[in-house]
Amino acid sequence: MANLTRADVEHVAHLARLGLTEEELARLEGQLNHILDQYAVLTALDTEHIPPTAQTIELANILRDDVVAPSLAVDEALANAPERSGDHFVVPAILGGEGGA
Amino acid sequence: MTDLTRFHAHEMSRLLRAGEVSSRALTEAHLAVAERQNRALNAWLAIYRAGSLTQADAADARIAEARLAGPAALAALHPLCGIPVGLKDLVSVKGGQATAGSKILQGYVAPFDSTVTARLREAGAVILGKTNMDEFAMGSSTEHSAYGPTANPWDLTRVPGGSSGGSAAVVAAYHAPVSIGTDTGGSIRQPASLCGIVGLKPTYGRVSRFGIVAFASSLDQIGPIARDARDVALLLHAVSGRDERDATSAPMPVPAGLLSLPTGDDEAASYLQGRRLALPSEYFVEGMEPGAAARVREAVAAMEAAGAKVEEVSLPHTHYGLATYYIIAPAECSSNLARYDGVKYGFADRSSGEFIADYLRTRGVGFGPEVKRRIMLGTYALSAGYYDAYYLKAQKVRTLIKADFDAVWAAGFDAICAPTSPTVAFPLGAKMEDPVAMYLSDACTLPVNMAGLPGMSIPAGLSEGLPVGLQIVGAPWSELSMLRLARAYEGITARATWRDLEPAELHLTDDPTTPSPVERRERTAGAPATGSGGQA
Repeated sequence: MANLTRADVEHVAHLARLGLTEEELARLEGQLNHILDQYAVLTALDTEHIPPTAQTIELANILRDDVVAPSLAVDEALANAPERSGDHFVVPAILGGEGGA
Repeated sequence: MTDLTRFHAHEMSRLLRAGEVSSRALTEAHLAVAERQNRALNAWLAIYRAGSLTQADAADARIAEARLAGPAALAALHPLCGIPVGLKDLVSVKGGQATAGSKILQGYVAPFDSTVTARLREAGAVILGKTNMDEFAMGSSTEHSAYGPTANPWDLTRVPGGSSGGSAAVVAAYHAPVSIGTDTGGSIRQPASLCGIVGLKPTYGRVSRFGIVAFASSLDQIGPIARDARDVALLLHAVSGRDERDATSAPMPVPAGLLSLPTGDDEAASYLQGRRLALPSEYFVEGMEPGAAARVREAVAAMEAAGAKVEEVSLPHTHYGLATYYIIAPAECSSNLARYDGVKYGFADRSSGEFIADYLRTRGVGFGPEVKRRIMLGTYALSAGYYDAYYLKAQKVRTLIKADFDAVWAAGFDAICAPTSPTVAFPLGAKMEDPVAMYLSDACTLPVNMAGLPGMSIPAGLSEGLPVGLQIVGAPWSELSMLRLARAYEGITARATWRDLEPAELHLTDDPTTPSPVERRERTAGAPATGSGGQA
């Protein structure tokens, strides 16, 4: 049976960049283990020599001519931004510390 | 005076061309009922009165011009010209909302049209509004919408299915003759089944996904919902085809036959002569409701009596479908939903000014519980040390599931017939505390997505007063044959008494004292849990 611990749940939440409350973490620990238990059925299948399927239609790469086509104007592309500065999205500083990036 | 909302789109189309009705009159009639009844159904998240009337007037002008130009010009108009259509609220319509049922996209304004939208505009269709859905299309009941659940017009205390529950409910309630949904594991077919209407998930690659909010990219497909096979065919025709802006859309021709399914019931029924239908035994087990199973078997027996050859087949890996799907779909969703970072669009919490803290809070507050659950599952399945055991394993089992279907086509069958859903519509709240019970709602539909095949659900009568859907699954690109089969079934059941029934509680939606789905949920919130409901 699955044995995802509370610490595992917190680790995965951090990887997924999900800020979860204490209550959510507790509920997810139970629910995720229950769901992972359903996956156990797959271990009964021998798939050693079975190739994986990533897509189902036999479509090879389709190329187009490399020509310039109209795209969104800058103002349209920025219209939904939580914060903009001139023609740019404002992003939070990611290189913390004094003076940052 | 005839109620215009009761016509099928193909009938409206004929009346429009004959000059017997205007698109403005059709649109007004649908707007009136949608605006009046939406409080009790919560099926629409936006109703575009002004925009749809402008589009209706434009369609009327196009039709008038074509009538002057002669029969050829009139025939060249798409049958959907002037016809009202509802769009699931993850389809981009320039200048309109696209919430995907999520708080994280509240206030977002689409800067461009999706290809589906553009093709509908080209056809002259009238966009009535945007329909409710499970957040990011993750769910089977529409209860996972950040904007409240949708009620089923057959029984307002029950769910319409999901995730395209709003699109199914508006068509069942005659608010629109046709609507667009999306289907990643059953999200068009299962709500169509639970609402007693027709829904088709096309072959993977048939319809461009440009401008549609993504969930699981190797599975998602867009498709039509309507009250009969002919209308589904018309809408499929309008939106299908290769699109340079979606690299996964296939360069397959769109069959012209979609516009000319047989009108006569006897002619339609003759299609059944000699058709070979496969009945997979694995789809009739695991807690399926006896009434639902009985309706499906009766439907298949009726087609056999009308000339089809029915044989039981085995799809031996069906049992592994649920686990496989619930690894692959969450894995792809965890990747697709990484884009919601509060930088380019959508909800952003920048209260702390500290990068990681704001990032965590933006996503933690912006996403609802089911979406967070799936992101967690997917992130875990893709994380270091678990990739081979979960994601790679699931992709290998996917190969086996697809091979099961391939064997059926290799044996010469025309289609597979199966239940769409193991149960009829279940009560609101019944499965919200048990994610696995909710996931089992799609046990009969999700293998079809994993194989990339076209599948549809058509009404096959009632069980205890609620609709049961028959699922038809076809070989890749066989939508036209499937629709001919569906039309044939309509032909042989044209005089069945259940065909004349309207959703049993639709009349209650006109009563201003009928509680809204949100009010119902709040009233029962204090009540003790009722268990997992109709366990599938």
